[in-house]
Amino acid sequence: MSHSIKDDEVDIVIAALHSDLTSLLNEWRPVFSRFHIIIVMDPDLKEDLEIPEGFNVDVFTKSDIDRVVGSSSTIFSGYSCRYFGFLVSRKKYIVSIDDDCMPAKDNQGFIVDIVAQHIANLTTPATPFFFNTLYDPFRKGADFVRGYPFSLRTGVTCALSCGLWLNLADYDAPTQALKGGQRNSRYVDAVLTVPARAMMPVSGINIAFNRELVGPALFPAFRLAKEGKLRWETVEDIWSGMCAKVICDHLGLGVKSGLPYVWRTERGNAIDSLKKEWEGVKLMEEVVPFFESVRFNRASVKAEDCVVEMAKQVKEQLGQSDPVFTRAADAMVEWVRLWKAVGTSSAVPEG
Amino acid sequence: MAGTTTAATPLLKDELDIVIPTIRNLDFLEMWRPFFEPYHLIIVQDGDPSKVIKVPDGFDYELYNRNDINRIMGPRSSCISFKDSACRCFGYMVSKKKYIFTIDDDCFVAKDPSGKQINALEQHIKNLLCPSTPFFFNTLYDPFREGADFVRGYPFSLREGVPTAVSHGLWLNIPDYDAPTQLVKPLERNQRYVDMVLTIPKGTLFPMCGMNLAFDRELIGPAMYFGLMGDGQPIGRYDDMWAGWCVKVICDHLGLGVKTGLPYIWHSKASNPFVNLRKEYKGIFWQEEIIPFFQAAVLPKDCTTVQKCYIELSKQVKDKLGKVDPYFDKLADAMVTWIEAWDELNPAGASDQLPNGKA
Repeated sequence: MSHSIKDDEVDIVIAALHSDLTSLLNEWRPVFSRFHIIIVMDPDLKEDLEIPEGFNVDVFTKSDIDRVVGSSSTIFSGYSCRYFGFLVSRKKYIVSIDDDCMPAKDNQGFIVDIVAQHIANLTTPATPFFFNTLYDPFRKGADFVRGYPFSLRTGVTCALSCGLWLNLADYDAPTQALKGGQRNSRYVDAVLTVPARAMMPVSGINIAFNRELVGPALFPAFRLAKEGKLRWETVEDIWSGMCAKVICDHLGLGVKSGLPYVWRTERGNAIDSLKKEWEGVKLMEEVVPFFESVRFNRASVKAEDCVVEMAKQVKEQLGQSDPVFTRAADAMVEWVRLWKAVGTSSAVPEG
Repeated sequence: MAGTTTAATPLLKDELDIVIPTIRNLDFLEMWRPFFEPYHLIIVQDGDPSKVIKVPDGFDYELYNRNDINRIMGPRSSCISFKDSACRCFGYMVSKKKYIFTIDDDCFVAKDPSGKQINALEQHIKNLLCPSTPFFFNTLYDPFREGADFVRGYPFSLREGVPTAVSHGLWLNIPDYDAPTQLVKPLERNQRYVDMVLTIPKGTLFPMCGMNLAFDRELIGPAMYFGLMGDGQPIGRYDDMWAGWCVKVICDHLGLGVKTGLPYIWHSKASNPFVNLRKEYKGIFWQEEIIPFFQAAVLPKDCTTVQKCYIELSKQVKDKLGKVDPYFDKLADAMVTWIEAWDELNPAGASDQLPNGKA
C-alpha cells in the first residue's frame, strides 16, 4: 500500500534537554535530512545548542517561547518544551522523539526509518472496533483474518502512532531500579491498533500524530511537583496520552502501537530517581476509574472541544483528591486557548 | 536473547489433554511426537465411523467416532456437529483434565527465525500459567514474558493481572483467511514471525481460530461449544469464531483473560476457497448482526459461573438473533443441550464456582 505524502507535510520535533545534539542529528541524518526539523530548547538549559550542518532546522529558545505565548501560564520546561514545537508547527504530521533516542536496527540489520514507518501507520486505516489476530491488516503480507466483519474492514483514520524502544525500554523508576540490567532486545515486528475503550500508557519518547486531527489533545498539563529531566521522573506524556486516547475513541479515530523502534541510550540512575518523592505512581491509580467513565457530548466533534470537556470532568472528579489534577485541568483549558490563538494561525512564528 | 535463569516450563502431562478432530489420518502426529508423546490424546473422528483411523504407535489416546458420540450423549448428541471439525468440542466435554490443547491435523511444527523448532505446547502452557492483563494495554505486550515488564504509567494496582483462560496461537504459511480473501490472494503466505503474546483488552472481540488453541477447561470449558456446523446445517467455518465470541464475552464478565500471539504452528493445507465460500456465505451476512449482538451483550451480575453465563447468552441469542434466521433458534437450543450434556458428564464441583463476575 503506498503512502505517498510529501516531505513537506512532516515536521520532526525534538525537545532538547541536552545542548549538544551533534551526534544525535548525525546519527539520524539518513532519515531526517529530508524533513523540516523543529528543535525546542528546554528553557532551563543554560548552554548553547550545538547542531551539525546540513539540516533544515528551526530552533526555538526560551525567548522565542516567551515571545510567542506571551503571558500564558503554560509551563514549557523540561520534556514539555516539545509541545511548543507542536504548537508552532504548520505541518499535517509530526514525528517526535526524545533527544536520547538513536536509530535502531531491525531483525535484518537495517536501520529503522521511523519517519517512514510512523507515516505508514498514520496513512493507513486503524481498526479499533475488532481485534485482528494478524495485527495490522494493511501491512504487506497481512490481511484481515477469517471472521473479521466485512463492514469494519474500511477502518478509521489513524491519528496517533506510538512507537517503541530497544535497549532502555520506557519503564518507571521502581521497575528499572529492580531490574537494573534489563534491556529490551526483543524486536516485535508488528503494528496493531489499540482497541477502542482500551486504556494505554502513551509514551512520549517516540510518537507521531496527525496534527490537524489531534494536535490539541497532546498537551503539557500534568506536572509532578518534583518532575525531573529523566522520563521516569515524569508522567506528563502518560496523562496527555490517556486523554488523547479517550478523545480518539470518542472521535472515531485510531491509535496504533508497535513499530517503529528507536534505540534509547543509557542515561540516569533509576535508584537515584526513587529517592525523590514519587507521586506519579500514586496518582496513576486514581485516574483509571476516571478514564473509564469519561463521557463526551455528541456535539464535541473536534479535539479541542473534547479537551475542554475533559478538563471540566478532571476538575470536578479528580480535583478533590490532589491539586495536581486541578492544575492539569486549568492547563488543559489554557492549552486549547493557546492552540486557538497560536496553533492555528497561518503565519509561522520565526525561530 | 541472552539466556535466563527462569524455571523450566512444567510439562503438565497429567493435567493436559490434546484434542484432535480428524476425518483422514493422523500422520501429522509423527512430526509432533517429540512434543506430544508425553500427553494423553483425545481423537474425535468425524465422518464415517466405520473407517479405521490409525494412530501412530507410542501415543496414549482415546478415540471417539460418531457412534461413540451418539452412545455417550444419547439424544443430546444432536448438538455435536457432523462432517465438520466443530465436532472437536466433544473432546473438551469428555476430557477430565484441567487444560486442553487442540490442533488441526494439517498443522505441523513451525520454526522460529533462528531455525529452531517451536514447541507450541510449551508456549501455550506458559501463556496459560501466567496472568493476563485485560484492563490496561501494555505497550510492551505480555509483561510476564522474559525480558519484558509493565511500562511506565501502567497502574500498579493492575499489575497482578487475572487468570488466563485462553491461549490463542497463530499460523505461519497458509493464513486463516475467509473465502473472499483467499480468492483474491491465493498465493499470500504468512511469513511474518511476530515475537509477541498479548492480552486482548476487555470489551474487545476477536475472531478465534481453533487450529492452534489452548484453554483452561476448569475456567472456561463449558463456553467452548463449537456450535452447529457441517451436515444439515446452513453454515460452516464459523464454529471456532462462535465459540470465541461467547468465550470472550464470558471471560470479560468473569474477569478472565484471553491471550493471542505465540506460539506459531505451520499450517500446511490451503482449503478450497470455493468450498469455503459456500460454507461461509450466509455467515458473511449474518455476521453483521452477530457482531453487534456480542458487542452489546451484557450478562447479569448473578451469572457467576460459566454455565450460568452460557445459558443466559443462549437466551439472548434466541431473543435477538432468532429473528435473523431460524438457525439461531436451533443454535440457542443446542447451546442449552451442550451445557446439559457438559454438566452430566462433568458433575459440578467447587472448581466450577467463580467469584462474582464484573458486569
